[in-house]
Amino acid sequence: MPVNRQFSAQTDGTSAFARVASPFARERRKETVGPSGWGLLPELVTSVLSPLTKGRRNKLASDEYYQAVNQADTQLSFGQTRPENHGAHRLESRSTLPWPMQLAVPLAALITFGIHLLLSKTAPPLETHSYMLLFLEIVGVSIALAIAQRFWSPLRRWMRHMWPIFTAAILLLAVWDMVTLGFHLLPLPYFPGPAAVLRSLISDRALLLDSTWHSLVLLLSGYTLGVIVGLVSGVCIGWSSSVRYWGMPLLKVVGPIPATAWIPLAMVVSPSAIVSAAGLVALAVWFPVTMLTASGISNTRASYLDVARTLGAGRAYLIFRVAIPAAVPNIFIGLFVGLGASFLTLVVAESVGVKSGLGWYVSWAQGWAEYGKVFAALIIMAGFFSTLMTLLFNIRDRVLVWQKGIIKW
Amino acid sequence: MVGLAEIEPSSLHVQQISKSFPAPDDPSTRRQALSDISLSIAQGELVSLVGPSGCGKSTLLRLIAGLEAPDSGELSIGSEPINEPSAERGLVFQDPNLFPWLTVRRNIEAGLVARGVLREKRNEVGEFMRLVGLEAFADAYPHHLSGGMAQRVALARALINHPKVFLLDEPLGALDAFTRMRMQDEVLRLWENRRTTMLLVTHDIDEAIYMSDRIMIMTHRPGRIDRMIANALARPRDRSSSEFLRLRADILELLHFAGGAAREIPNECRWSGV
Repeated sequence: MPVNRQFSAQTDGTSAFARVASPFARERRKETVGPSGWGLLPELVTSVLSPLTKGRRNKLASDEYYQAVNQADTQLSFGQTRPENHGAHRLESRSTLPWPMQLAVPLAALITFGIHLLLSKTAPPLETHSYMLLFLEIVGVSIALAIAQRFWSPLRRWMRHMWPIFTAAILLLAVWDMVTLGFHLLPLPYFPGPAAVLRSLISDRALLLDSTWHSLVLLLSGYTLGVIVGLVSGVCIGWSSSVRYWGMPLLKVVGPIPATAWIPLAMVVSPSAIVSAAGLVALAVWFPVTMLTASGISNTRASYLDVARTLGAGRAYLIFRVAIPAAVPNIFIGLFVGLGASFLTLVVAESVGVKSGLGWYVSWAQGWAEYGKVFAALIIMAGFFSTLMTLLFNIRDRVLVWQKGIIKW
Repeated sequence: MVGLAEIEPSSLHVQQISKSFPAPDDPSTRRQALSDISLSIAQGELVSLVGPSGCGKSTLLRLIAGLEAPDSGELSIGSEPINEPSAERGLVFQDPNLFPWLTVRRNIEAGLVARGVLREKRNEVGEFMRLVGLEAFADAYPHHLSGGMAQRVALARALINHPKVFLLDEPLGALDAFTRMRMQDEVLRLWENRRTTMLLVTHDIDEAIYMSDRIMIMTHRPGRIDRMIANALARPRDRSSSEFLRLRADILELLHFAGGAAREIPNECRWSGV
């Protein structure tokens, strides 16, 4: 790391250099992990999972010099027990969050719970009890974080970014409480209050966990299959004009059919409902991934290919080292669209044929008119799907680090 | 044509090539881009190709690089005919065309990777980065580089293959005047160190005079080589010396730009040789 330090010291002063410094530092860190790209994997996973890195990276998107320098400094001091970088302190004049911001989350939690107490005269005491425990936890954790942020600046930056959202989310629970339990604006039992949903979440956690696990297995097997087949067919269609001639009409005719429309056929063809559901998810993913990969490959700038050929490149180099990297931004769009399509197909396939998973759980709970459980499953789905989306976003940020500064995400 | 035994291995020979393209407005007709072009460049010689835009300079360079095939005529390096692109003919475009997904170091390595010799020649990568003065930016991505830096990376990327012939298609055209003059010196330094056969396409007459041993002037529609001027000024050249300015005035005179309004260049006025 001394090289990085020297580099950023030399370049202190101009925004262009400050922006150079960050990828430089990141690349350096990569190299220390191992000689091959696969050595990155553990690091990639941890950074993808860490919510702190997201906040740090969002900052980089901004053009402001101070933020960029601050960013470079954080990169250097990251992982050290005691940050000795005075630059960061100088630039970040406050060493703590303002009081209103520190208190926002616990206050919102208290207000929301107070409203619930006022409204919940008729509600079962067990619901109120677990709801209270939730808010006690929120208050406790947020106070602990408010203390911890004084000593750890990455946490402070993350809190500054996230706290307004959290506060709003907690207050939204109060609104939900008022609309359902308070003024009965929405009919029961279809719209239970947040406390009842939380109670369902807790009481049925074993089955919910099991359903989530089944959904995850089904989704990942289908998605992986769809992505692999989609990438292969997309590269072939994008690269070879004869494959394009024969493959494109098929793609254009078959692709737009919603994967869920195949359900009746899939049930007949496949021996097991799980296999046919995975196949449908794969089909739903395959189309956008193929389409966008093919367009990315065929739109590779001709001059990149010309340059590579004058450097002595053969066909393998042109495909794997020029066309595919050039198509990666497009490929990621396909992966995102495919992920959305896979959620839809998964839930529908589960509720129709497969007797497990979150989709099945929702329709099962609806059959028993237990709408608290329906909402509980919806909440799990929201968390489950958005986590997968975030994971894909983080992978893209990693893979497309070279685009930083070219385009605005 | 001289006997085979006398052909220098890194000399470039272009014999009576013609090239036409489908007209963009009417694909059934073809537009003549190059007509009956012949030229020879000796081993280690630096030749400039000057002419108005659209006269087929870049097409000629693409033919020599092997990116296009001529309709008729022959091209060869030494005694080997040119059929397809090869690492022995390095080409640098006006746009550096760095691969944006690779760092500076990986861009420079690209030719070694493409030829599958990275393992043996990895030590040359550092050498070439030093040569173009970019060691400090080895791990930066291309969009962080200025135009001049990017073009230096492009030069290093082409040179690392040790091409027999180095083709430059207005490589400095997009740079500002100061960067361009500095880069001219850098390219000259590279050429003097390596003595690669070099063909430089440019529309900057000063650049052609400053750098090259010979200057070829092309006309357009269809593109043909109009004149060939030997430039015997001693190196290093002084852009403000009287000989430099006299040669410049002569070339402007030949191009009918001297003394105000440009006249039509008569087609019969074809004259080659020194």
